[in-house]
Amino acid sequence: MNAPELPRIDRREAVKWMMTAAAGMMLARQRGFGADPATLAPITAKGYGTDPDLIKTYNPGDLWPLTFTAAQRRTAAALCDTIIPADAHSPAASAVGVHDFIDEWVSAPYPEQQKDRPVILDGLAWLDAESQRRFEVDFADAVQRQKTAICDEICFEPDAKPELLQQAKFFTRFRDLTAGGFYTTPEGMKDLRYVGNVPLATFDGPPQEVIEKLGLG
Amino acid sequence: MAFVTPATAKEKYDVVIVGSGAGGGQAAYTLTMEGAKVLILEAGRNYDVAKETPMFQTNRDAPLRGAGTPDKNFGFHDATIDGGWQVPGEPYTSASPEPEREFKWWRSRMLGGRTNHWARIALRNGFYDFKPHSRDGLGFDWPISYEDVAPYYDKVEMLIGVYGTNEGLENTPDSPPGVLHPAPKPRLSELLTRKGGRKVGVPIIPAHRAVMTQRMDHERIPAKLHPNNPKAQRILAADMQKRAACFWATPCGRGCAIRANYQSTTVHLPPALDTGNLDILPNAMAREITLDESGRATGVTFIDKTTGAEGHVRGRIVVLAASACESVRLLLNSKSARFPQGLANSSGKVGRYIMDTVGAGLGGQFSILENLPPLNDDGTGGMHLYSPWWLYREQLAGKLGFARGYHIELYGGRTMPAGYMVAGLDKITRGSYGHALKEDARRYYGSFAGFSGRGEMIPNENSFCELDPNVKDKWGIPVLRFHWQWSEHEIRQAAHMQRTFADLVGAMGGKVRGEPQMDGRKAIAKGGEIIHEVGGAIMGADAATSVTNQWSQTWDVKNIFLTDGAPFASNADKNPTLTIMALAWRAADRMLDQLRKGEL
Repeated sequence: MNAPELPRIDRREAVKWMMTAAAGMMLARQRGFGADPATLAPITAKGYGTDPDLIKTYNPGDLWPLTFTAAQRRTAAALCDTIIPADAHSPAASAVGVHDFIDEWVSAPYPEQQKDRPVILDGLAWLDAESQRRFEVDFADAVQRQKTAICDEICFEPDAKPELLQQAKFFTRFRDLTAGGFYTTPEGMKDLRYVGNVPLATFDGPPQEVIEKLGLG
Repeated sequence: MAFVTPATAKEKYDVVIVGSGAGGGQAAYTLTMEGAKVLILEAGRNYDVAKETPMFQTNRDAPLRGAGTPDKNFGFHDATIDGGWQVPGEPYTSASPEPEREFKWWRSRMLGGRTNHWARIALRNGFYDFKPHSRDGLGFDWPISYEDVAPYYDKVEMLIGVYGTNEGLENTPDSPPGVLHPAPKPRLSELLTRKGGRKVGVPIIPAHRAVMTQRMDHERIPAKLHPNNPKAQRILAADMQKRAACFWATPCGRGCAIRANYQSTTVHLPPALDTGNLDILPNAMAREITLDESGRATGVTFIDKTTGAEGHVRGRIVVLAASACESVRLLLNSKSARFPQGLANSSGKVGRYIMDTVGAGLGGQFSILENLPPLNDDGTGGMHLYSPWWLYREQLAGKLGFARGYHIELYGGRTMPAGYMVAGLDKITRGSYGHALKEDARRYYGSFAGFSGRGEMIPNENSFCELDPNVKDKWGIPVLRFHWQWSEHEIRQAAHMQRTFADLVGAMGGKVRGEPQMDGRKAIAKGGEIIHEVGGAIMGADAATSVTNQWSQTWDVKNIFLTDGAPFASNADKNPTLTIMALAWRAADRMLDQLRKGEL
């Protein structure tokens, strides 16, 4: 299901307003990037308990409500696909629902996920604001070169400028979730050429030629 | 009737067992196969392994990609029900606010207890391990030696199925010919470790794990385990034919629906139930052991968790197998005029000398393992090779600065992708994303391997549990308060592990992930975290310094036995479960003997 498109002008206006309003608070927010959970809707759902059905297949939203807004979902999908784009081996992350997994994650009623929630949500808001500031489009509407220009500055914490450190931490977390979410799907496991999880009559170990090639005989 | 309610349980049994894990399961098996009438009280719910085990589910099928949560600490598919580091409504407390003096207590409220999820590492204690005090002057000797226990190790291994080899190494006992199942072929990462180990003098040999790598020999084993008992032989032979050999898929920690590995629920309880001599009462939280005027145990009072009502069952013998600390708690909560400081505690030793295993780990990344052709590394769902402790002589000569050894468990290879699999990869790839990240993921997947050190802790006076004077669980039963302190022996051992692992990674041509932690205080896992909780009612040679005799039978009350880890007088680096089972079988033989002679 695709997220409904928001009226573009309203959204852009909203982001500009947010930037103006936030400008005076920037210094305060630097430290608190993603750290004002009071402004976020609290997660009140219950977890799955200590005795869940382990046989069932679960999808995001089955156990607790997802909480991304349409705009957050759209930005998350765009970032997912910037991190895991389609190539000859496998589809892009959003094509296999990884952004919904991230929504499940930030909406989960557990401490670790609750800690990630403001980091992810503020990070997504910053991405749109930054994209608007530099390119006057939302991140999801930016072209690849523009997305890369933003992500290159935050993709590696040790290289990030001091004022972008919180954004870099957000990117690291988002990348871990995106890649973890992607490589656990059937498409992702196939891409990695994981060939296990099938019953075998015998376990033959690695082929002799591989053992010898690596000098491990 | 096998599974009973408080209303349908019989009035009296030969033996009432508290707990259905390794110790309770083994005791129930041995006793019922030899004709005794047994009731198991299990604090958790019934659990159907065939129907409830997620055998081929992937992490995608689980919420949060299977990540651990406070509800499921070891991940969604882990075979722990109503358990973990905390159990709702059943707290425990720490005497000290200092984090390094905290003890973490893993419980599992389900039929079969913690055996459902354990790593199936099944190592025998060796000659030194039963006489550690004689060897280095520390801790306590057991009142038994390896020779006393060896026949029971043989029997347990034949019953449950253990793979491995006999290497004839120091203090690493061989099994008799024909007992072990064939060791599985090593994975590439394990072969690489073996090669690196040769360079730095660390022996890497086949591990022993309770996983069948071939069908059970149902024609030969039953007669060996139950001579002169055709009924038991028939039942066991039939049950062994229902167990399949490992089909080389799915992690053991989820449990095994085809019954290829050992868990009490698939190995001990089914044949015991088939005898018609076993009743199991689930959801029964034992509260107190009752006594008659002569000071003999008469049975167990319990809370029916489904109704909150109190019940009582009678037995000629009471066996505690609730986990070392839970059994201690039951003894301490069974106070009477005769035993004002808790049952069977005239020595004051109940709760003393709680031990866990020393744990520390380190991993590496190995370029030689990058970009390999697709290989199925699932194997037995656990390690195929490991390193037994190898520095006995240096240690005895005082060259190491710590008195006891550790073994090394290996992990790595092309395991089923999990949600955390790329965490930390950015440090190697310098933050790649996009097409580059996909290339990097293909390149680095399977190129990681690492080590978990598992070492012996020496019992000490500062590690014990007692009743908390203020806190009670939701049924009003006083809870345990833990005191914990590692000694310098364990802390130095943890630092030694880090050095060894860094050396191994280097010898294997790899790069250490993160930094080796040379401060043992920071490297060592918290008390309890390795979930090898033993001690608290140690066995010994006399009633003044120990709680039980060599048969795991309390000195003070002859018809109470402890068949979990509580009677352990030391905690060798060997994982305790196999020894728990061997001692439980031995204790059950003693019970049968004394029942036959009319002594109990």
